[in-house]
Amino acid sequence: MAVTRDDVAHVAGLARLAISDERMTELVEQLNAILGHMDVLQQVDTRHVETTAQEGNESLPLRPDAGPRFEMQRTLEQMAPEMRGGFFLVPRLSTHEDVSDAS
Amino acid sequence: MTEPTAVEAVTASFARMEAVRAGADGLNCVLWSDRERALAQARAVDARAERAPLAGYPVAVKDNIATLDLPTTCGSRILEGYVSPYEATVVSRLRAAGSVVLCKTNCDEFAMGSSNENSAYGPVRNPLDPCRVPGGSSGGSAAAVAAGIARIALGSETGGSVRQPAAFCGVVGVKPTYGRVSRFGLVAFASSLDQVGVLGRTVDDAALGMEVIAGRDPYDSTSADCPVPRYREGAIRSMRGLTIGRPAEYFPASLDPRVTALCDRALDAFRALGAQVRDISLPHTDLAIPVYYIVAPAEASSNLARFDGVRYGLRVMGDDGLRAMYERTRSRGFGPEVTRRVLLGTYVLSAGYYDAYYKKAQEVRACITDDFRRAFASGVDVIFTPTTPSPAFELGAKSDPYEMYLNDIFTCTANLSGVPGISLPIGHVDHLPIGGQLLARHFDEAGMFAAAYALERALGEDARR
Repeated sequence: MAVTRDDVAHVAGLARLAISDERMTELVEQLNAILGHMDVLQQVDTRHVETTAQEGNESLPLRPDAGPRFEMQRTLEQMAPEMRGGFFLVPRLSTHEDVSDAS
Repeated sequence: MTEPTAVEAVTASFARMEAVRAGADGLNCVLWSDRERALAQARAVDARAERAPLAGYPVAVKDNIATLDLPTTCGSRILEGYVSPYEATVVSRLRAAGSVVLCKTNCDEFAMGSSNENSAYGPVRNPLDPCRVPGGSSGGSAAAVAAGIARIALGSETGGSVRQPAAFCGVVGVKPTYGRVSRFGLVAFASSLDQVGVLGRTVDDAALGMEVIAGRDPYDSTSADCPVPRYREGAIRSMRGLTIGRPAEYFPASLDPRVTALCDRALDAFRALGAQVRDISLPHTDLAIPVYYIVAPAEASSNLARFDGVRYGLRVMGDDGLRAMYERTRSRGFGPEVTRRVLLGTYVLSAGYYDAYYKKAQEVRACITDDFRRAFASGVDVIFTPTTPSPAFELGAKSDPYEMYLNDIFTCTANLSGVPGISLPIGHVDHLPIGGQLLARHFDEAGMFAAAYALERALGEDARR
């Protein structure tokens, strides 16, 4: 299963990564080399294998879907990159001006 | 000998940081520290009515574990300057026991690497030979212990990131059972594999640290509600009647004969203590690296989606909309290895490839776990292997990504199967330390520590640096 430039461009889009043309060539080569080592797995007969997310944790019990109260040690204002008038400023979905220019 | 006060211990640690040049102009193992704040905390510890058990044990903390007073950047530009609004449970527990956080230690970016060359803040140098890597990804923590800055350090493990640098730096490194230690405040890399680990100068230091941080945490639903034994009591446990497994797959013909000889010497030491050594097989071992490098990047691609320029750290604005901001921020914020793994992980999870890669890897992972189950069910108490195939290599020696991944060949099986593991020094090759690894049943850290105490004592000071 050879990975093409289109494949890498597609997954880069899914992963919200911008890849330069120069870097793309290198990544296609590297991903093909890495995935080539994974092909050995196809030879393993796993028809009767059941999987879980993490093995060997019988001691992990089910619990009510509720957690303990969580105390932040800093106020939201201290953590937010930008606030104005009690509101968080976030990048616009589509804009032709910088957030700092908004009135 | 009188134990040092917290202030004396912290003062000595900062003096040592200067003496060994722990910052960017030297070993580069320390990223962030605040001497005055650490001393103020030490004074508060010394003012307690009763001496705290960890008063003389200031700790170094890997930069992917949240602390209130110092930044938590995961060795990444995307989190440069980020200070967490809450503290990891493991850090809170250490503080409650009287420890003071000295510094945050350098690491491979988001814990992805085996040499500590992937940090955005430059590589860490091995204190035993500055031309060589300290291992990774917890290379800064291992170097801090090896350089005498801290007796105990926290690291994190996803595929061997505590045990491998411990082996390269000649110290002790512990990966607990999956679920044994809270991950609240550990920045997630691969959630079905990640665990917080402890590095120490000796087995006893590591056991002490693990006793303090282990146990159920209501803030982490994956932490197990299992009693935590007193691991330090293992120091006096007899090895008579114990069965040590020697898995053939960890001793291939290609293994450096000097590493094999050191392992044989360790196994002879166990025999002399009354233990029995049995040859065993863990037949799916050679599939562990392909499995690991599918599962871990897949989970990483999901976990690292949160670093988008909106919620954390770096934001690279432009005038071309939100999506372009995401892409610009992530591409400038993530280094080459993180980018490569996010792409790899996204690919193996994408439509058309999920069954062939991710699902298949999870199935083979179950086979690897079953290998361990069978070995322990057959009467083996502890498994002994080398921690790494070779000692620390030179900076820049491995440029091929897959060749670098092979560093985890003897360690990542414990992460995939969830069993606990410890690495301790067993001797030297070319004047560089070699680590021996002990693996035990799920939640049998007590048995693992007991065997490690016995081996450390039997091999004596010569096996350490």
